Amino acid sequence: MSSPEPRWTLRGPNTGDRAYRVVLTGLALVLPLLILVLFAQLVVSALPAIAKFGPSFLWTSTWDPVAEVYGAAPMIFGTLASSFLALLIAIPLAVGVAIFLTEFAPRWLRQPVAFLVELLAAIPSVVYGLWGIFVLIPFLRAHVVPPLKAVLGWTPFFQGAFYGNSLLAGGIILAIMVVPYIAAVSREVLLAVPSSQREAALAMGATRWEAVRSAVLPYGRAGIIGAIILGLGRSLGETMAVTMVIGNRHDIGLSALQPAYTMAAAIANEFTEATTDMYLSALFEVGLILFIITVAVNALARLLIWRVARGAAVGSRAL
Amino acid sequence: MSMPARQVRRHAVNGLMTGLIAMLSALAVLALVLILGDLILKGASSLNWAFFTENPVPAGETGGGVAHAIVGTAIVVGFAALIGLPVGIGAGLYLAEFGTGRLGFFVRFVADVLNGTPSIVVGIFAWTWMVKPVGRFSALAGSAALAILMIPMIARTTEEMVRLVPHSLREAALALGYPRWRTSLRIVARTALGGIVTGCLVGIARVAGETAPLLFTALGNLNFSVSPTHPMQTLSLQIYVYATGPFDEWHRLAWASALVLMGLVLLLAIAARWVTRQRYGTGR
Repeated sequence: MSSPEPRWTLRGPNTGDRAYRVVLTGLALVLPLLILVLFAQLVVSALPAIAKFGPSFLWTSTWDPVAEVYGAAPMIFGTLASSFLALLIAIPLAVGVAIFLTEFAPRWLRQPVAFLVELLAAIPSVVYGLWGIFVLIPFLRAHVVPPLKAVLGWTPFFQGAFYGNSLLAGGIILAIMVVPYIAAVSREVLLAVPSSQREAALAMGATRWEAVRSAVLPYGRAGIIGAIILGLGRSLGETMAVTMVIGNRHDIGLSALQPAYTMAAAIANEFTEATTDMYLSALFEVGLILFIITVAVNALARLLIWRVARGAAVGSRAL
Repeated sequence: MSMPARQVRRHAVNGLMTGLIAMLSALAVLALVLILGDLILKGASSLNWAFFTENPVPAGETGGGVAHAIVGTAIVVGFAALIGLPVGIGAGLYLAEFGTGRLGFFVRFVADVLNGTPSIVVGIFAWTWMVKPVGRFSALAGSAALAILMIPMIARTTEEMVRLVPHSLREAALALGYPRWRTSLRIVARTALGGIVTGCLVGIARVAGETAPLLFTALGNLNFSVSPTHPMQTLSLQIYVYATGPFDEWHRLAWASALVLMGLVLLLAIAARWVTRQRYGTGR
């Protein structure tokens, strides 16, 4: 007989079972431990800056490494503004893709289009940055900004000269980068909408679009909002592509044509130059703020998505 | 048969929205085509034997290659996989096998949240723990940062893949007297192996393109180096330096490096799809 185990299993969990469970639990606990240590370390490293500048760090805009005075308002503003701009562009695109893939596209087209859109997420951030510098910005300068200024130049959002690196360029790059995430999660949410919802609407004589608008979208609303917030989380923390095209200037301005700064970009740019302890600490505080914001945003997104698609790892598989 | 005006309008709106939504999708696909097209257009002509086998020449001169960055990418990502995969797969198995309780829910939630943590934050964390105490940038510190990014990704995909295994398989093994741990490893995980490998490949592909967490850890290196305790170049860092530098020659090399990196990532992604297809027939 090759297998002596049966006698053990009849007596309940054996040593192997117990050891297996302990090892796996240990490995699983690495995750909460990681997030805890990350947070604690950021707090510890940021402590000198927190002690020196207090909460005014959040709303003052002087960033002077020589005088050792730091305020992160411009980067916080730039982070929010670029992400807002990105969502403005990405939401219609991504939700459109999701609706197209689940409701309108012919069956043979669904898989290939879904794959191509997912591929957008596989492009490394630094490659987006490269493309932004050498393709997108020249294109914006030649074909987008002149008409934009002609029509909307009177609004505060399109004032000033366009030198290329700008909030606009950062926002557009971010939009392209988050589309696959929002689209993939929205699609899974829409797939989770029971067909009976659609069928009921169609049976009442609704057109396809009416069925989508009145039955499918309301059903998946929480999940789609979750997907959008997930995209927001991605764009808030995105570093390389933004650093390469946003202009990296400590300034708060409403104009999308002007250079701006984000928290992630500031860390990427200045961390190796930070020669004094206070400078480093200020950058750690920026990191801490970024970490707290993204954790909150992601937690919210997850809770919303889980409500629709219970516990599924939607989006984390998106390529 | 003539339709009432209201009907006509409803159908017009339907047609309009269908067209609009198809157009939006086309636009998203167009973005991908444009980016990949530019990569090939601007990068392919610089790809030659020297590009893959030589190290960079001094700034301003023409020629040279990125052999050091290709080898560096393999080493940094390799060490990251060595640390990240076992932990990630283990955590994923835990979630699938014992993850029904409160701890399971919590770990799952933390994994999803950690998945969205900005990689730059992980970078400065790795710097604090692995660069600052030693006083030297190192490839290993970069690997550690990438491993941290991999773990939650791998954990979640592993869990999903293991969950796909039919319950009857597990029951059959247990009924034959297999202890739980051997059932889990030999039957359940074995059956889900294709899916787990796919998840790992996707995870590796993702971190292979990461730059931000390497800026203050692996740092980059203009020379060929295989020592994991010293600064090391990767393709992603190389692209960043070349793209933001002042020389046309650098820009040319940046496009070529980006094409190589993209090819590497795509190769991993396609390999991932292929592995799953083998096992589950038509794929997802």
